[in-house]
Amino acid sequence: MPAIVTALRSLRASQDEAVRLGAGSSSVLSVRGLSVQLGGREVLHDVSFELGAGELTGLIGSNGAGKTTLLRALLGLQAVSAGTVTLSGRRERAAVGYVPQKVGLDPDLPVRARDLVALGIDGQRLGVGLRSAARRERVEALLQSVGASHLADARVGALSGGEQQRVLIAHALASSPKLLLLDEPLANLDLRSTQETVTLLATLARSRGMAVLVATHDINPLLPFMGRVVYLAEGRAASGTTDEVVRSDVLSALYGHHVDVLHAHGRVIVSVSDQHHDGPGQGWGPEPRGEALVGGPGGQEAPGEQQAPEGCDLAPDDCTDDAPQAWQP
Amino acid sequence: MNATALSVPVVGLAGASVLHSIFAPGFFTTGPVTAALVIGAVVALVSAPAGVLTVMRSQSFAGHAFSEVTATGGSAAYLAGVAPLLGYVVGSLVGAGAMGGLGVQRARNRDLVAGIVLGATLGLTALLLYLTTVSHSTTGAAVTVLFGSLFSVSSGDWLAAVALGGAALGVVTVTWRPLLLSSVSPELAAARGVRLRLLESAYLASVALSVALAAMTVGAILSTALLIGPAAAALRLAKSPGRACAWAAVIGLVAVWTGIVLAYDSYDWPPAHQGWPVSFFVVFLVLAIYVVAQLFGRAGSRRRPGTGQGGTALSGVGSLRRRGPGRG
Repeated sequence: MPAIVTALRSLRASQDEAVRLGAGSSSVLSVRGLSVQLGGREVLHDVSFELGAGELTGLIGSNGAGKTTLLRALLGLQAVSAGTVTLSGRRERAAVGYVPQKVGLDPDLPVRARDLVALGIDGQRLGVGLRSAARRERVEALLQSVGASHLADARVGALSGGEQQRVLIAHALASSPKLLLLDEPLANLDLRSTQETVTLLATLARSRGMAVLVATHDINPLLPFMGRVVYLAEGRAASGTTDEVVRSDVLSALYGHHVDVLHAHGRVIVSVSDQHHDGPGQGWGPEPRGEALVGGPGGQEAPGEQQAPEGCDLAPDDCTDDAPQAWQP
Repeated sequence: MNATALSVPVVGLAGASVLHSIFAPGFFTTGPVTAALVIGAVVALVSAPAGVLTVMRSQSFAGHAFSEVTATGGSAAYLAGVAPLLGYVVGSLVGAGAMGGLGVQRARNRDLVAGIVLGATLGLTALLLYLTTVSHSTTGAAVTVLFGSLFSVSSGDWLAAVALGGAALGVVTVTWRPLLLSSVSPELAAARGVRLRLLESAYLASVALSVALAAMTVGAILSTALLIGPAAAALRLAKSPGRACAWAAVIGLVAVWTGIVLAYDSYDWPPAHQGWPVSFFVVFLVLAIYVVAQLFGRAGSRRRPGTGQGGTALSGVGSLRRRGPGRG
């Protein structure tokens, strides 16, 4: 029986079934009924999903959908108002690796790639950390596993975005996590670096039997590698395989108004129309913009999230609720 | 070491005859000189890791504000007639506590808070020094507090300095790895379960102690120069944070000791044959070393080893582009 997946509260008669994993995959992380409040507003509501070992899962949502908040909640850095997060096996913090969205590494800092990875091994411990051959070998093995051996002695701040991403992944892998969380790792990467990074993450998930959760606003780079997807919108989540979730009916239910899912040349375009303005033809209003996911109404920008939504660089006014009115004929 | 070689042209500037008597008679047998050398070494060693972390965390302005609070503490100590070191230490620790409490660790209001603390404490220092001058009818306190007088340190003071220096060094040593990680990225540190707030307190305390010790050497106003200068030069020269600390310690030691030698020699110099201030020499040596490090330091901060994989035209362009501004 195929797993029926939906985020509709009305349809969630059986929560267990709704978040069930595909056959043959053991669960690493189980999230049940998770809700998070920020500044008195519910940013995440009743979010449930599971992540399987060896799987690459996409955490898809527009800017302000609550992706970072969800990742921080999984890390234990964000208090939750309801729900449970269960990690199988080891319970210590080291079992979760994290690559934050913007690390902002200063090129003038004398921190080499190997230093940053070494801090991934024991950076949380007290003391200066004595050098040893074993530690050095481990750092080099980690750099090799992300294809960054040649960057070992370069200052991290001087590396390109894609190279920094690899080193940060090696840093996160240093604690041998069972779950790896990445916040917008593909932002600001060119096409080639994007493909290399996604391929690397899928390979690492498989070879290490690790669950990998990649938060991104663009689903397309993940499509060839993603087993399952957690789709965030309006503070709620739908999860399941890509085919189960990225559908007009499921996403319409999630957003609370009509959503078109278009397939073109192997890419998916999710077109979210504003419920106040039915139908297309709004010019460059809140209408679909290529692969960018346009957030729904209601000002879902969560405090603490990165502001400056990508979709808004051309028409900043679009980012507010009432601005689109100005563009109505 | 290029740092040692540097002192030669500086000495040369002061007059060729000085070259023949770098170590003036009695240099190593004079009690105050010995005490100054010991305290200088302690200050250089303690300031090195604290300074490296301060520069890495971009908190040099906060460090500067510390020195103002330290001056207030020192002038209060003079007014009360207690050991200046006690005043320096209490002052800088109070400053650290105040700035930690006011949220100095959040980048956005860090400079703002530091600026406000700085202004208020300088005003208070002015009042305390005025009161000292009026009540004790001495004028030396202001110069000593603000610009230091390393040769007038009592033996009790230097024992205390060694003890405090050891404490500051101990705090940095114990918290080194999480401090380093949080200096690189607070987010990465938080994800590893590092308690940032506690760590920040430990860091501020060690910087406060370093500033207090440096105040004994070059005076409160210039203490930041001794904290930041060698560290900034070291970060330019070293290729890892640990080595940056070693570099900073060596640079600080060279600057302080050379400064002491020159200050001792300067008792033979015009205009008054009373000796030039130690702090003048130390701070200018730090500046000179920093300039040299900037000019000849590791421009290789942006250099990277040849890309091992896929030497395509694209990656070639990328490294060219990176190299361009790095040399400028």
